[in-house]
Amino acid sequence: MKLPPFDYACPTTLPEAVQLLATSNGDAKAIAGGQSLVPMLAFRLAQPSLLVDLRKLPDLRGIRISAKGVTLGAMVRWRDIEDDERLDTAHPLLKAAIAHVAHYQVRNRGTVGGSLAHADPAAEMPGIAMTCDAEIAVVGKSGAHVIQAADFFQGALTTALTPDEIIVEIRLPAWPAGRRWGFEEFARRRGDFAMAAAAVFYDQDANGKAHNAHVGVIGVADRPLRLPAVEDVLNGRAIDATIIAKAEAAASAAVDPQDDIHASAAYRRALVGTLVERALKRAAA
Amino acid sequence: MEPRLTLADCLRHHLRLTGTHVGCEHGVCGACTVIVDGAAVRSCLMLAVQAEGAEVVTVEGLSNDADLTPLQKSFRRHHALQCGFCTPGMITTAHALLSEEPDCDAARVREVLSGNLCRCTGYIPIVEAVLDARAAYQPKGRDRSGDRA
Repeated sequence: MKLPPFDYACPTTLPEAVQLLATSNGDAKAIAGGQSLVPMLAFRLAQPSLLVDLRKLPDLRGIRISAKGVTLGAMVRWRDIEDDERLDTAHPLLKAAIAHVAHYQVRNRGTVGGSLAHADPAAEMPGIAMTCDAEIAVVGKSGAHVIQAADFFQGALTTALTPDEIIVEIRLPAWPAGRRWGFEEFARRRGDFAMAAAAVFYDQDANGKAHNAHVGVIGVADRPLRLPAVEDVLNGRAIDATIIAKAEAAASAAVDPQDDIHASAAYRRALVGTLVERALKRAAA
Repeated sequence: MEPRLTLADCLRHHLRLTGTHVGCEHGVCGACTVIVDGAAVRSCLMLAVQAEGAEVVTVEGLSNDADLTPLQKSFRRHHALQCGFCTPGMITTAHALLSEEPDCDAARVREVLSGNLCRCTGYIPIVEAVLDARAAYQPKGRDRSGDRA
C-alpha cells in the first residue's frame, strides 16, 4: 500500500498550474486535499507521472455570499463550510448535506473542488451541485469557462474536465428565505459514503402550492441524478401526505440502481423512496 | 525526500517517531491521526512534502517525560485500550476535539471517534475516557469533571 512513484510540483499561480497539467500528455493530476486521490494512489487505481499541488494557489479558498448566491472556492474544505455560520441562512441545504461528508480528520483536508473532480456517485457535493443547478467554473489552457453541473458529471469518477483543466469555484444560485427543503442520507455509519441520499427543495406561492421543485439523489446510479418525474408530482400542489406518498412512489420508480456488495437493487430502490419521503416531510413541516 | 512518501511513513521511518501507527494506509482506520497546524488529519492521506512549513504534532508531542497527560490518564483510568494499536490515533483525535470543543457531548465524541477503528474495546470506555478528560481542557476557573453527557 505504498504510493506509486510520481513527480511533484507546487506552483504558486493558476496559469503555472495549468501549464504543468497541459504539458504532461494528460498524465498529470491536480491534488487538492488528497482525501480521495491519495487512496486511489495507494490502491494504484491512479498512477500519474506528476502531481500538481494546488495548495499555494491564491484565491481558491474563499466562501463568497452575495445576492447572486453562494460561491465556494475549489480549495474550500468541508470544515470551512461547517464553521461558516452565514451559510445557515445563505444555503441551509448545502450545510445540511455537507454535515454528512466523511469523518472528522478527512473534513479538515477534503475540498469542494476535489470532490467535484473525483465525482464519486455517492458523494454529497456533486449531488448538491446537480440538485441546485450549480455552475462549475474551470480554467485550462484555452482559458476560463463555466460548465453546468448537469453536463459536468458524466459517469462514475468521470467528468467533463479535460486533463489540463482545474476547477476554480462552484456557484450555487441564490437561496430565497422562505424556501422549503430537506436532506436525508442513509449510511451504515455516519461519515461513510451514502448508501443513498435525497436532497429536495421547492418554493411556495401565496396559496401554499409548490413550484420550482428540485429533487436530487446520490448513490443509486453512476452519477448524481435529478428526478424530474418526482418534481412533476410536486409542482403546482400543496405538499401534503398524499402528495408525499406519490412522490415516494415516483422516486422509487424513477431510479434503476444496480446490485452491489452494500445493497441489492431492490433495497436501494425502496431506500430512495423512503429518503425522498422523509426529506419532503421535513421540508413541509 | 521522495514525493510519494506519506507523512505517516516520513514520521515513522525518517524521523523514527513510531508513536504514530499505520493501519489501513488508505484513510479508513484513523490510527495514523496527527495534528497539522492545529487540525487532526490522517497522515497516511497527506504527502510529507505537503507538510512543508506546517507544525506537525504527533502523540509523542502530546505527552512529556515526567508524566502522562490528563487525557492519557483518563484512558488508563477507564481501561480505554487493550492492544493499544489504535490508541495513538484515539489520543491525537480526542486531543484535537477537546482543544476545539471542550464542552462536546457524548454524541459528538461518538461521531468524531467513529472515524477511528478499535477492534478491542467496543468504544464505550474510550468515549467515557474522552468525556472524563474534558475538565482538563476547560478555560481556567471552570471544572466540569463531574459532568456526564
